Amino acid sequence: MELKTLTIVVVVLSFALYIGIAIWSKARSTGDFYVAGKGVNPIANGMATAADWMSAASFISMAGIIAFAGYDASVYLMGWTGGYVLLALLLAPYLRKFGKFTVPQFIGDRYYSKTARIVAVVCLIIISFTYVAGQMRGVGIVFSRFLEVEILTGLIIGMGIVFFYAVLGGMKGITYTQVAQYCVLIFAYMVPAIFISLQATGNPIPQLAFGSEMTGEGMYLLSKLDSVVQSLGFTEYTEGSKSTVDVFFITAALMVGTAGLPHVIVRFFTVPKVADARKSAFWALLFISILYTTAPAVGALGRMNLIETIQPGEVGTATGNIEYSQKPAWFNTWEQTGLLTFEDKNGDGRIQYYNDKNEAFKAKADSYGWQGNELKVDRDIMVLANPEIAQLPNWVIALVAAGGIAAALSTAAGLLLVISAAISHDLVKGVFVPQISEKKELMVGRMAAAFAVLVAGYLGYNPPGFVAQVVALAFGLAASSLFPAILLGIFSKKANKTGAIAGMIVGIVFTLSYIIYFKFMHLELNNAEHWWFGISPEGIGTLGMMLNFAVAIIVSKVTAPPPAEIQHLVESIRVPKALS
Amino acid sequence: MSSTNNHDEYWKANLKLMGILLSIWFVVSFVCGILLVDVLNQIQFAGFKLGFWMAQQGSLYVFLLLIWIYVKRMNTLDKHFDVEE
Repeated sequence: MELKTLTIVVVVLSFALYIGIAIWSKARSTGDFYVAGKGVNPIANGMATAADWMSAASFISMAGIIAFAGYDASVYLMGWTGGYVLLALLLAPYLRKFGKFTVPQFIGDRYYSKTARIVAVVCLIIISFTYVAGQMRGVGIVFSRFLEVEILTGLIIGMGIVFFYAVLGGMKGITYTQVAQYCVLIFAYMVPAIFISLQATGNPIPQLAFGSEMTGEGMYLLSKLDSVVQSLGFTEYTEGSKSTVDVFFITAALMVGTAGLPHVIVRFFTVPKVADARKSAFWALLFISILYTTAPAVGALGRMNLIETIQPGEVGTATGNIEYSQKPAWFNTWEQTGLLTFEDKNGDGRIQYYNDKNEAFKAKADSYGWQGNELKVDRDIMVLANPEIAQLPNWVIALVAAGGIAAALSTAAGLLLVISAAISHDLVKGVFVPQISEKKELMVGRMAAAFAVLVAGYLGYNPPGFVAQVVALAFGLAASSLFPAILLGIFSKKANKTGAIAGMIVGIVFTLSYIIYFKFMHLELNNAEHWWFGISPEGIGTLGMMLNFAVAIIVSKVTAPPPAEIQHLVESIRVPKALS
Repeated sequence: MSSTNNHDEYWKANLKLMGILLSIWFVVSFVCGILLVDVLNQIQFAGFKLGFWMAQQGSLYVFLLLIWIYVKRMNTLDKHFDVEE
């Protein structure tokens, strides 16, 4: 079967599966709609959390980011997994014990204040919409690359599918589709990774191939990569070029942000018991780590493959570089999509790929007769082109397409659900119309989900600035607003409503202003020279979090302590057993 | 009153366990993977520099282990202090 037809068949089959699951798990009560009736098995919840968590960016872009950033990309690997330790130890079990439906509800009850709840809703909506815009864009891009349809068409199809199962099934529908989506995406990620590892090193396990010798060369993959990229003027692969301060702050912001993302936290509300919440944090990280420990291997192997293809001979010799007319078939395919572009700057008919931004390397490049880097490579190609580079059959390529779509849809659905729950449960039921019936609330929830899908679709089509970067910024916002309020709510009996509200507002306003200043107003100033303490906008959430903690603690000290029943509430969420 | 004492003891035991595990969490990621990465990179094992491996692989395995230990220990503590659900 032709590749395009096959891809369509595989993608449509996966959609049929998701829709089937949605019909089977239709939500019948608000409990079903918000927290899947608290009846999800911890292992299934681990899988759903993994799919919820791993977005189009994790699936398509991460290996490529690692391939081109080397050590510097470690911030994502540690940041996006280390947050689960915080979740498991500091938040998940206690929030599950609290046992309600949403994150703002916890903040509102714990801080005995509707204002606190509304502030939390506003933070949640800012965080989740920043994040979901990137996902919808991801859906559109995957559709357009694999199925050759317009981004808008892809976006509409994606919105339609999410609309169907999120609006109909609520959290229950989302949970079980996410389980299916995890299976699709992890299978699609691992098959090409295993084959590529096997071809390059003879070891099928990517995590081990990463530290193995290259087949027939007697040289370790990473040592070879270090020396090869250096000979082309790049920074050594295993060394970083970012400052230690910045790496530290970005990693912290990503970790704490992960623990503070509402769509991740709420997944732990869906299991039956406190002990299950802890257990499912373990399973979630296990399922995530399968992909996250494979990605660096895919990145390193992909970079090696790319350089060996372009530079088969010795660097600097006249015949060291591949002739453009001799390029492999996969090169052709990806040139057509615009992910690879070649411009013969020195007119020798061969491809030169090197770091022309490195002033120290310029003299050498000149002596080789090179007049600038001739190959532009989009980082996404590292995952998307893998099956072709490894010469795998067409069904694997089709599977990668389905996997990318699964990753984007599962994350988008999770985000849309927390947005709709914040509107229907926290604002409508919690603040404006407390006497609303359950049936009506369910209807409002569905309408809010539908509305959120439309807004997300619009943001995906007209993204505010650079989407990938905007997504990374959502973590800083979560770290600086919700995380401290939840943490203090559990671990301090003295934290009061004035402190929590002041802390959240100071945290998010500070972080948001810093980001807007450097990312949108003064892009030209966005460099280490102008940053505060050398912290980039990606890492500023860590400082925002510290400010939030400081303000909340100090204000709580100088204002009236929380009432006695709140102290009792805190005591009750600290033990799994129900207190009389 | 005895149940309150019991709960205080349980909470203290929980905080102690958390303190230990979070210290390890900080050491493997921020210390080994970032602050001391250049020092650890002097050590080579298999095809890896140790600091680089900690940052891209090792810390992730330790994170998993930490949560696993927490799950097991807390289940034991829940039983011991009779606070299971």
